[in-house]
This record gives sequence, C-alpha cells and structure tokens, in this order.
Amino acid sequence: MSLTSDHVKRVGRLAQLGLTDAEITETLTQLNSILSLVDQMQQIDTKGVVPLAHPLELKQILRADAVTEMDQREKFQNTSPQADAGLYLVPRVVE
Amino acid sequence: MSDITDLSFSELKKALQEKSLSSTEITLAFLERIESLNPELNTFITVTRDEAMRSAKNADTAISRGTATAYTGLPIAHKDLFCTDGVLTTCGSKILSNFVAPYDAHVVSRCKAAGLVSLGKLNMDEFAMGSSNENSYFGPVRNPWDTDRVPGGSSGGSAAAVAAKLTPLATGTDTGGSIRQPAAFTGTSGIKPTYGRVSRFGMIAYASSLDQGGLIAHTAEDLAHGLGLIAGHDSRDSTSAERSVPDYTEVLNGSLKGKVIGLPKQFFDDRLNNSMRDAMDMVLEVFKSLGASVVEISLDHVAEAIPAYYVIAPAEASSNLSRFDGVRFGYRADKPTNLLDLYERSRGEGFGSEVKRRILIGTYALSEGYYDAYYKKAQQIRRLIRDDFNHALASCDLIFGPTTPSTAFVIGEKISDPVSMYLEDIYTVATNMAGLPGGSFQAPMISGLPTGYQLTGPAFGESIILNAAHQIQMATDWHRLNPENF
Repeated sequence: MSLTSDHVKRVGRLAQLGLTDAEITETLTQLNSILSLVDQMQQIDTKGVVPLAHPLELKQILRADAVTEMDQREKFQNTSPQADAGLYLVPRVVE
Repeated sequence: MSDITDLSFSELKKALQEKSLSSTEITLAFLERIESLNPELNTFITVTRDEAMRSAKNADTAISRGTATAYTGLPIAHKDLFCTDGVLTTCGSKILSNFVAPYDAHVVSRCKAAGLVSLGKLNMDEFAMGSSNENSYFGPVRNPWDTDRVPGGSSGGSAAAVAAKLTPLATGTDTGGSIRQPAAFTGTSGIKPTYGRVSRFGMIAYASSLDQGGLIAHTAEDLAHGLGLIAGHDSRDSTSAERSVPDYTEVLNGSLKGKVIGLPKQFFDDRLNNSMRDAMDMVLEVFKSLGASVVEISLDHVAEAIPAYYVIAPAEASSNLSRFDGVRFGYRADKPTNLLDLYERSRGEGFGSEVKRRILIGTYALSEGYYDAYYKKAQQIRRLIRDDFNHALASCDLIFGPTTPSTAFVIGEKISDPVSMYLEDIYTVATNMAGLPGGSFQAPMISGLPTGYQLTGPAFGESIILNAAHQIQMATDWHRLNPENF
C-alpha cells in the first residue's frame, strides 16, 4: 500500500516529530519508495517460521542485585538544556 | 619518506617498545598532520589536542618507569558515537551538537585503561544512518583517494582518517555495513565483530539488535591488536557475550592450507560488474595459491536482507531515538509554547532528513495493525537468513564476496535517492542480520580507486577472518597503497 500525506502527518505525531509541509511532501515520495523496497519481503513464505529477535539467541545474563552506581545526578543534569534544584524544567503542563 | 604517520599501528607499537620513538613524538606527528589535512577531509569533529598531549606524556613516564602495558602510548581516534567523558559526543547530529558526555563508553574506557592516546572524535553519518557520510550535521567527509568522492559510511570519518594517516587505528560501528563499506571505499581494513563480542555500553544506540562496535586500521594485524583490547564481557551490556577473548595476534600466521572458502552464488551472479568480478578473482587466486580451496555455497534469502533490515533497523531506531526529547540533554527548540511543542520542534529541528525518514518508517512499521506485515515478517526473514549462514558455514570456514557493488561514488550522486543508497549495503547487511563477524580488506584497485573483499566467519570466529586476511596481506601489497595526495 502507498502512504498519503495524512499518513505521514499521523506517524509524525506518533513519533512527536515536527515536520513542515514541505518536508511532508518531499518525504512522502521517498517513504513510498522505501516501503516498496520493504514490500519485497512479502514474496517470501514465512509460514511457521519463529521470529528471530536476537541473532545468537544467547540467554539473558543475570547479575547480583547489588548497588553499583553512585549518585551522579548533578553531573548528568549538567547536560540538560534547563535544570534547576535537581529538576528538569519544561513548559508548564498543569495550569 | 620516513614520516612517523606512515607507520601502521603494529609498526608504531614496535617502535615504542624499541624506544626508537616516544609517545609524545608519535602523538605530536599525528596531531600536526590532522591540523594540516583535516580542513580538507573533514574527518574529525573534535580534536582533543591538549588531552592527547597529556596522555602521551603520562604514557612516556609509564614506559620509562616500566609500568606500561603493551599498548601504552599508541594513538587511536573514536567514532563520535562512543561517549567520551568530558568530551563533545555529537553522533554527527545537531540534536547532540552541544552534548558533552558525562561518562566513557566501555570501548573508550578499555582503550584508556590500556594507555592508548585518543586524538579526538571522528565524523560520521548522523546516528550512524547512511552509507556515504553525507548525512552529518558537521558536513560530508571527503575520500582521500579522490576528494570529490564519498568515503562511505557511516564510519566514514574513521575510514578516511586511517586512509589519510591521521590516525593509525580508529573505532567504528557497524549496523548494516558501516565499518566494512567505508573500509572498502578507502583502502583500509575493517572488522565488525560478532554481535555481543564488544560491549555496546556507551555507544549511542541506532538499532540495538544489529549494532556492533569494531575497528578500522591499515592491516589485519593492527585489527588483531585492537580487537583484543576492546572485546570481552561487560555486565553493563545485557547482550554482551560471556566468552573468553582469544589472543587474536597469536593465530595470524597460521597456514591457509586446507581452508575452505565459500562463494555465495547470489553474490557472483550477473549483477556483479566485470571489474569487481576481476578484482575478486585476483584475491581468490591468492587464496588458492596459499592452499585454500573454493566451493560454491548458497544464501537463499540474502536478497531479502535489505528489505527486512529497513524494517528492523528503523523500528529499533524509532524506539531508541525517542530519548532525544530536548529535556534531559542535547538541543532544545527556542521558546517552546507547551510540552508537545518542545518535543516536536526540538526533534524536528534537531534531526536531519535521513534520521527523520527512518524514525517515520520505524514508527509506521510498529504502529497498530502493521506488526504482522512488517516487524514480525522481517524477524521471520531474519531467522531464515541466519539459518542460511549456519548451513553454509557447515561446509566452509569463511564466506567470501565483494564488500560493495562498486567503488566510491561521487558526493551528491545518491543523496536524493535513499533506496539507491540503501542498496550500497547489499553484500554487508545479511552478516549483521545473522549476528556474525565480518571483515573487509583491501582488494586490487579499480581505475585508481580502492575496493574491498569481505570475509564472514562463524560466530566468534574473528580470529579465522583475521588470520586469512593477514595471510593475504603477507602475500600481496594491496594494503600498502596510499592515496597520492595524502
């Protein structure tokens, strides 16, 4: 199936990705050509094939439930565009 | 011709051991070369001159006191998606253009612990998405063999910096070919280890089930030294394999007598152009002269690797890149009117167009109602691809093919056609889907431009790949050729 600009707008909203109208128009053709590449998958019969999530199917490794990390809040918050008194600042959400 | 920067990583190691050079002399030589040539090539985003000179001085002290490791004082540079404590880490993106990482990636801390001197951070396609290094917020990298051409990507800065002798060793990452393809385009050697061999801790994630850190250098021997340093279990990466790390340098000199090289018939069909076929035949002749035999094998589903990759990788990327929201780190849009506006504009203004395309594709593929048709189907095909490789590797030691369909293309040639760019990775993507180790090594030049051949081995068989490539390099001089102007 082929995408329309309404699809692109909806997916952009799901991804919280601001797109200009010009970007939507430009990207639409490209997304459709990518999807037609992807659709080549449908030629393969995969009935009964178990999906492979991890290439080597290693089992998850467990570790001891011990505290290993130190508190580095201040260091990590230094990278924030706006933080104060240990809080990340964003525009007001609740009036 | 006696420049320090002409020496390979292994040769520099020897010079340091024999004390014919100091780390300060080596570091200074590379820094000076970077300063004079980087403006033309754009391989480095950040050069850490002061820090490098300090580490070099410390290395020389350690060497004189006898407290050095085998690698103390040797230079390296890191792809700019490995977090480096206190140093700008951009991932080639506007959204991280002001991000100073607060910790070191596992690979970086391993290198520091061994006493390596980091020269700086290397340019790349934004978030490792690309095959040409044109998708960088910091501008395209130029190929030292022809500065009108791309160096490949996404580890284009790493490959071009090694080719131009701005560093003897560089880290890279490979999700669908991002170490091997640029190695082929720049006449360097590159290894993508088995998934799980090298910890992904501190590597900014693109597609977590495919991403793997590795290296680019001049020779297989250099890679063997470097891989020993960065491989091994790390409890901070839950997919890191708990397996011991062999001494990769120990097996380099093993004979290739009796080794079986598999040629996938799908890589050598009539789509392969004649000049590339001739180059591959010349490499195969050397394999045969060293006692290896060649058999035809089949990877039945390899053609579907690219379509399935462009579901799995964007799907994982759309999830991984949701963390860039303008709140905790990175770029924030000016004067957001509300929280949604902050998210949408920070991401809309912070990401480049290829990254946006992949986020959109991934979000679409994972959105309600499409899971079976896209993500599940792609993971089923992934199993078929993995099974093909396992079946093939039961009848051969290594799988051989060209790394790329052609030599490096001209900057701008493919940028407006994403699908033609994606098809650049037609020979490399399947290896990532199967999680297997792969390397690209120098093959004969075509019309003055480098080419590469690719070796794929069994899981954790990096030493088999490096041994074979080293034997070829001992018998040929393709890896010794240098770009004329660099």
